[in-house]
Amino acid sequence: MSDIMLKTENLGISFGGLKAVDNVNLEVKKKQFYGLVGPNGAGKTTVFNILTGVYQPTTGKFYLDGTELNGKSQETINHMGIARTFQNIRLFSNMSVIRNVLVGLHNQKEFRCSPFTSMFRMPGHYDSEIRMREKAKEILRIFDLEEERNNLSCNLPYGKQRKLEIARALATNPKLLLLDEPAAGMNPNETKELMDIIKFIRDKYEVTILLIEHDMKFVSGICDEITVLNFGTVLAQGDTKTALNDPEVIRAYIGG
Amino acid sequence: MNIVSGLINGLSLGAIYALIALGYTMVYGIARMLNFAHGDIIMVGAYAIYFAVGISDNPVVSILGSIVFSILICTLMGVITEGLAYRPLRGASPLAVLITAIGVSYFLQGIAQMAFGAKALPITLPNLGTIRLFGTSISVGTIITLILGLILMLALTLFVKYTRTGRAMLAVSEDNGAAQLMGVNVNRIIMLTFAIGSALAAFASLFYLFSIPSVDPKLGSMPGIKAFAAAVIGGIGSIPGAVIGGLLLGLIENVCKTVPGLGQYTLAIEFGILILMLLIRPIGILGKKRRVKV
Amino acid sequence: MKQYLKNIKQSFKLKKSLNYFVIAVFLIAMIGLDAGGMLGRSTVGILSRIAYCIILAVSLNLVVGFLGELSLGHAGFMCVGAYVGCFCANLLHKSIASDLLVLIIAMLIGGATAAVFGFIVGLPALRLRGDYLAIVTLAFGEIVRNIFNGWDAFGGAMGLSTKPYDAHSLFIVAFIVVLFVLMVCQNLIRSKHGRAITAIRDNEIAAKAMGINVTYYKLFVFTIAAFFAGVAGVIYGHSVSIIRQDYFTYNYSIDYLVMVVLGGMGSMNGSIIAASLITYINVWLQNMLTGDLAGIKQPIYALILIAVVMFNNAPALKPFKERFNLRNLWDLIFRSRRKPEVIKDDAAEWNRIETKIKIDDLLSVEVPPNKANTPDKPQKDGAAAKPKKGGK
Repeated sequence: MSDIMLKTENLGISFGGLKAVDNVNLEVKKKQFYGLVGPNGAGKTTVFNILTGVYQPTTGKFYLDGTELNGKSQETINHMGIARTFQNIRLFSNMSVIRNVLVGLHNQKEFRCSPFTSMFRMPGHYDSEIRMREKAKEILRIFDLEEERNNLSCNLPYGKQRKLEIARALATNPKLLLLDEPAAGMNPNETKELMDIIKFIRDKYEVTILLIEHDMKFVSGICDEITVLNFGTVLAQGDTKTALNDPEVIRAYIGG
Repeated sequence: MNIVSGLINGLSLGAIYALIALGYTMVYGIARMLNFAHGDIIMVGAYAIYFAVGISDNPVVSILGSIVFSILICTLMGVITEGLAYRPLRGASPLAVLITAIGVSYFLQGIAQMAFGAKALPITLPNLGTIRLFGTSISVGTIITLILGLILMLALTLFVKYTRTGRAMLAVSEDNGAAQLMGVNVNRIIMLTFAIGSALAAFASLFYLFSIPSVDPKLGSMPGIKAFAAAVIGGIGSIPGAVIGGLLLGLIENVCKTVPGLGQYTLAIEFGILILMLLIRPIGILGKKRRVKV
Repeated sequence: MKQYLKNIKQSFKLKKSLNYFVIAVFLIAMIGLDAGGMLGRSTVGILSRIAYCIILAVSLNLVVGFLGELSLGHAGFMCVGAYVGCFCANLLHKSIASDLLVLIIAMLIGGATAAVFGFIVGLPALRLRGDYLAIVTLAFGEIVRNIFNGWDAFGGAMGLSTKPYDAHSLFIVAFIVVLFVLMVCQNLIRSKHGRAITAIRDNEIAAKAMGINVTYYKLFVFTIAAFFAGVAGVIYGHSVSIIRQDYFTYNYSIDYLVMVVLGGMGSMNGSIIAASLITYINVWLQNMLTGDLAGIKQPIYALILIAVVMFNNAPALKPFKERFNLRNLWDLIFRSRRKPEVIKDDAAEWNRIETKIKIDDLLSVEVPPNKANTPDKPQKDGAAAKPKKGGK
């Protein structure tokens, strides 16, 4: 086994002639923090959408832990081990906090239980249900949300909604976690706290983390390597400091 | 059965469906909702004709008078339902809007049943006679339906393409919010769309009565659903799509009716085609694909 | 095993399963009255009608309220169940003497056939948005009617004649089936599968991203709902002497939609109450009013339907609704302070919960601060980040 978790080869997608993403090659190592940065409209979220199966790439291939994932459905890709959060939060807003996480836990092998087992309340049902709740509480504890577990998720403050979304993604037991602007709208304190949490879950659950972020402090504080995108193409790639100081990158951000 | 007369009858039936389908497709394109009650507007129009047709013994005056009255009533009805039932729900979930539309349809049928009874009332339209065409006799009503129907469709297409209001409609159907920012009064446009769709439905009700001269509270529901099927087959939101879908469905229906043994399954065949179409190409013949933004 | 029994016991706590008890007590009371000869033939007829209406409403609620897809073909599934089930029952009567056994077999066969059709109709549900699906289900219902109307083996346009079941025992069987259906639906909703189904309703994109097999659950719900509709159809078929296709028009499906919306989408008990009430009122109106006046119930139901949907969904009525919903009214009367929005079983309370996002939260989404160079202001001590407990 190599130590590459995610590998993309010439990944590209075009919408009616417009190349939203073109020729992107990423190599994310296991347990790495990898950043995807770039100005607005650079195609970062589109890359996420390709990686999670929302869009089918028009060119190129991508591999998770050596397995090709092209053409797989969103559900299958999640089962293979990619989980994501969304730029504009997509919680199950009419559900309580813990149920959001429980939905994330739905597909794990240890909690398997057929609908008929549940319908007729056969022994497996309670067993898995109780263990699921324990597991969900454990995850919520990491994000300091255990107290609020019975609140409606839409009543949480914004920063906590972001955290809950990460918690929910983590509950699907991913190998690779895609975070789309996890710190957006957070104050510096919350950002700091989030950084600690992400580092902690990386170590505890051994996930690899690929994130999109505009907050350069956050990026340079957490990412080992980054790729800078602009207009769908790669501007610079490599370890965070060097890539961010690349003159091309500075020009793309500042203009000129 | 002569091929020519079959073709003309089918196309004329198709023109009726197309006129109704235009109402569905315009409302769907602009207000993003399925106006389930559109079929019942036809029923309202038919009752309007029922009461207005006796104003004169002169067939031309009688028909012109009843269509004008019917257009007035239908347009009014369309605008009222839009303002009272759909406007408060703008921005609500599609399911809520759809259920409301179903409620409106149910309401109109119920009111008609209360007011005029559940039984079908026979209606005597002035006899327009038949003409001989390509060796068969075809009723003038059918010919009028076909020709006037096509003229109306053409007029609508030109209206949407070349007038200021028409372009505003296109803008609203492309992007509601952006059109509003550009100074388009979205509510007014949507109301106008309902008005136009209902006026077309009034024509459709007259043409429908040419072939089936009786009125009952459920008169509109079946042609309404079939026209919706036509709009979907043609590609909902597209005006030429609705025309093509409507004509196609009319032809298919006429063919089914003439083939022995198939006649009683006409409905099943038409809806079967709808379901197949939705499974194979959900956007219809001329529909445009919309990308869901994630 | 001991733990399991404890859990079962807990799940039968009065609060969670009050509805079973109410129905069971009602059934026993009715059996008692009937044994005393106090119920006439028409009354027991109404009872079995209420029973199959409850089954239909509860199963439709599964699709509309919990899965969030609109089905206008429920009468179609019922029609398939009624025709196929009663056709088999007619055949079985020749070889099986026990009417009850025949009824049970017929219910299974009718339900299973309807379920197959539910599966087939569910297939387009995977690709279509709500409006289209409503039309597909409606089209399905009309196709079914059209085919049975032309099919001579099933009586054709004359309808299929059946052997009516003894009305005094049919309602008992029907209510036992109601209990069974309620148990299955309620247990399904209060499980991980119910969570998955409501997750699809709340946010399909997120549900997919969480690995929920949307295909599987949509088909599953459609199939189950169709099964129960088929069973209800068989019960209907045994309460009449002839089944005619024009009973199952899409207006009949809309009647059930009214019940579901009125009872509250996503509320089992609401569906049960609305189904029983409306069915009873319908029968009552039928006896009271004759002729064209009987049509009065349709516009009234339509108005109620529109009013309920508008009250629950109109953006302009939101502040009004928040002030005057039932809970607040309760608070107003009893002056009790309840804990804010702490809910345990949110699947059942979907349509009663207002979604409140604070204005400033919304603003921070739309106008994010200039993130790239947010000045690092010194924070007050009190606001500084708490040390993370879970982190260690």
